[in-house]
Amino acid sequence: MNWILLIEQCLNGIQLGLLLFLLAAGLTLVFGIMDLVNLAHGSLYMVGAYFAATFTAWTGSFVLAIVLTLPATLIVGAVVEIVCLRSLYNRDHLDQVLATFGLILFFNELVRLVWGPAGLSVPLPEFLSSSLELLPGLIYPSYRLAIILASLAAAFFLYWLVARTRIGMLIRAGASNREMVGALGINIRFLFTIVFGLGAALAGFAGLMAAPISTVEIGMGENVLILAFVVIVIGGIGSIRGAFVAAILIGLIDTVGRAFLPDVIGTFFDDEFADAAAPALASMSIYLLMVVILAFRPEGLFSAKSG
Amino acid sequence: MADALTITDLVKQFGGLTATDHLSLSVDEGEVHAVIGPNGAGKTTLIGQLTGEITPNSGSIRFAGREITGLPVHRRSMLGLARSFQITNVLADFSAKANVALAVQAHQGHSFRFLRKAANDPRLVDPALEYLAIVGLDNRAEVAAANLSHGEQRQLELAMALATQPSMLLLDEPMAGMGPEDSARMVDILKRLKGDLTILLVEHDMDAVFALADRITVLVYGRAIATGTPDAIRSDPEVRAAYLGEETADA
Amino acid sequence: MISIRYGFIAFVMIALAAVPTVAVAIDEPFYVSMFTRMLVMAIAACSLNLVLGYGGMVSFGHAAYLGLGAYVVGIGFYHASNDGMEWALNGWMHLALAIIIPGLVALLVGAISLRTRGVYFIMITLAFSQMLYYFFIGLERYGGDDGLSLWFLSDFGGVMDMNDDVHLYYLSYGLLLLILFMLYRLVNSRFGMVIKGAKSNERRLMAVGFPTYRYRLVAFGISGAICGVAGFLMANQSEFVSTAEMHWVHSGDLIVMVVLGGMGTLFGPVLGAVGFLMLEQYLPEMIRGGCEVIGGNDCGVAGEYWKIVFGPLLIMIVLFARGGIDGLLQGKVGRNG
Repeated sequence: MNWILLIEQCLNGIQLGLLLFLLAAGLTLVFGIMDLVNLAHGSLYMVGAYFAATFTAWTGSFVLAIVLTLPATLIVGAVVEIVCLRSLYNRDHLDQVLATFGLILFFNELVRLVWGPAGLSVPLPEFLSSSLELLPGLIYPSYRLAIILASLAAAFFLYWLVARTRIGMLIRAGASNREMVGALGINIRFLFTIVFGLGAALAGFAGLMAAPISTVEIGMGENVLILAFVVIVIGGIGSIRGAFVAAILIGLIDTVGRAFLPDVIGTFFDDEFADAAAPALASMSIYLLMVVILAFRPEGLFSAKSG
Repeated sequence: MADALTITDLVKQFGGLTATDHLSLSVDEGEVHAVIGPNGAGKTTLIGQLTGEITPNSGSIRFAGREITGLPVHRRSMLGLARSFQITNVLADFSAKANVALAVQAHQGHSFRFLRKAANDPRLVDPALEYLAIVGLDNRAEVAAANLSHGEQRQLELAMALATQPSMLLLDEPMAGMGPEDSARMVDILKRLKGDLTILLVEHDMDAVFALADRITVLVYGRAIATGTPDAIRSDPEVRAAYLGEETADA
Repeated sequence: MISIRYGFIAFVMIALAAVPTVAVAIDEPFYVSMFTRMLVMAIAACSLNLVLGYGGMVSFGHAAYLGLGAYVVGIGFYHASNDGMEWALNGWMHLALAIIIPGLVALLVGAISLRTRGVYFIMITLAFSQMLYYFFIGLERYGGDDGLSLWFLSDFGGVMDMNDDVHLYYLSYGLLLLILFMLYRLVNSRFGMVIKGAKSNERRLMAVGFPTYRYRLVAFGISGAICGVAGFLMANQSEFVSTAEMHWVHSGDLIVMVVLGGMGTLFGPVLGAVGFLMLEQYLPEMIRGGCEVIGGNDCGVAGEYWKIVFGPLLIMIVLFARGGIDGLLQGKVGRNG
């Protein structure tokens, strides 16, 4: 086995996992605290990517685009929460699934109206367009490395926010016992809007960082949304720690599976079959993992209720 | 007289809290056995373990001569152990009759019967109306359970429990939330059932308990501190100190 | 109000029966295949309604059973045309397998999924359908991502000709009626009472002695089998089979149809499927028309963005008309309509 390739694929897997975590963190918070299934979370990821594309084109600077995109997605998130989702908190999950499904349709069409049906591409920022030699023989694109570092920074920020600040205390209390937060006399509505906006900004951040290494297109949020759902379900709804562990796990399985399954299958079957079946098997393996975990732990690995 | 229900050395812990603490208790066949105790004494946890919704940490429960400790909820019902819920727990969008008919249906073999209409099957409807009559709800048979008064819903609870043709009833605060009039009616109904059925009664309403019970067990912090006839319990100094207090002593 | 409701349902069912005649009369044969698709989706929505509307099980993966039913036809075609296995086109066999295979898969999926509750159930049914989706993408032999165009359709000998749109239409219509009749018997039977009771209060049902898991599981299997029938028809109608139909968004569409029409009512899903596809067909034109009335510019373009109206419309239905079309016909508006 080629160790350099394995390390490289692991780094890719961690990078994907961290992006997934940024998406999943907002989703699991909203899920855990407001008990809201938000299918439209992927739309915020998409909106973040489109904002990044536009702002990069306007300012000519990816860094400035980041500075503008984060508050912009936060505002979009807060508006969506105030206009639509607020009336869904007391509804059953089916209502939430349906209404946020409607939001997906709305956002996809809105994006098509504003940005047109063709996909956009965002250039790699100049200063990150090179590659670094991490180990002898291991050359890795610095942009991907930057994604890893930036996501880790965001994850640590989130950890600090949740574990060390007053608002974080309320978020944690809300995830394990919603009534209690209300009983404390906290303005729940405002807290919810803040949490939702925060989740939206994280999703937007993920979309923004993914923009230069993927195509910015309509529907880009939908497949990644399902992955993020898998992450939070495996991790245990409401658990940020669970989301982190599960996200890295999913990122690694998906990436490493795609890279090495053809070889593994190729040793048992002919190559043509292996090339065709491996990507599908790699995609399936994530869902298989989720099914296995839920079959044995119906509430995920880390349940927020039990800590 | 044979024991209908025998609880031996039952323990249930939630984290650090011991809700049932090495509890042993036996209920004779045909007896009304009341379990009383202050809030948090572990009464509802006990009922949960008897019905199978809560799994005890250790100890055993025997019912009708067989070990039922590990059996799932529905199997215990099949053996003749029925319960009513502390918080009214009926099928809100079903009529009173349909609620009871479902309970009847549960005990007429499997329900993988796909074709015949259940709503006018006399094998279901006739017994359902009989059980409604026993609890005095026969004139409310067609009313949706959600539209029944609180007292009527409690009566419906009882009718559903009876419809499973149990040999023993576990009643979790059947008088909860009832006014004096409704409570008196419920006591009357239960008095009529007394003798035919073994009853384990968990209840806060002391008038009802002393009116119905043959024996009383006092539960405090998950332990039985005394078991005896109502008179013996009334005069037990430990019970008075721990639970009954001045109020009942005056009564 | 009841008479309006049944009058409208009867009107819809009779109108559907008359579609081919009218389409031929006005020389618009396109309508036959458009309405066949409505019937097919109506069957799929009815199957979902059994678990979702009557049983309270929010399956977010029913597109998978639709796809399985369709692939029975597709795989049969593939072997008939590539391996000369003529018998693989047998329509009766297709129909039987399109019932059995999705039914068995649904039993397997249900056996694991029904151990979970709430959101976890929604997500695990979604995960299973994604697995099947990727499984078929991986089957390059049967077209993979690109799908299979069917040059030959299910062969019913001299009985029916699937290439004849009118035959296919009446087969779909007949199957829909049969399925509606079966579902009517089913939901009112003892079995149906357990399913509906478990939706209302599962804990109570277990307390009176029902092993609810196995009843829900059988309902889930039946639902998958019925959905497979819809898949069989869909393949013959579109003369094409692909993984696109198994995408999770289509599972969402099916839920929308059920809720739009009215959950837990017999004809609700039929009304919902017809309404959904009508909206899909005519909402663009309605928007264009409305745009012209108010004198807007670029009205032709405006019509293309119909989903910008449809999305919020969906949210409105959820918030204000939960009983769906059937609920409105009964004069019930609002939350529990």
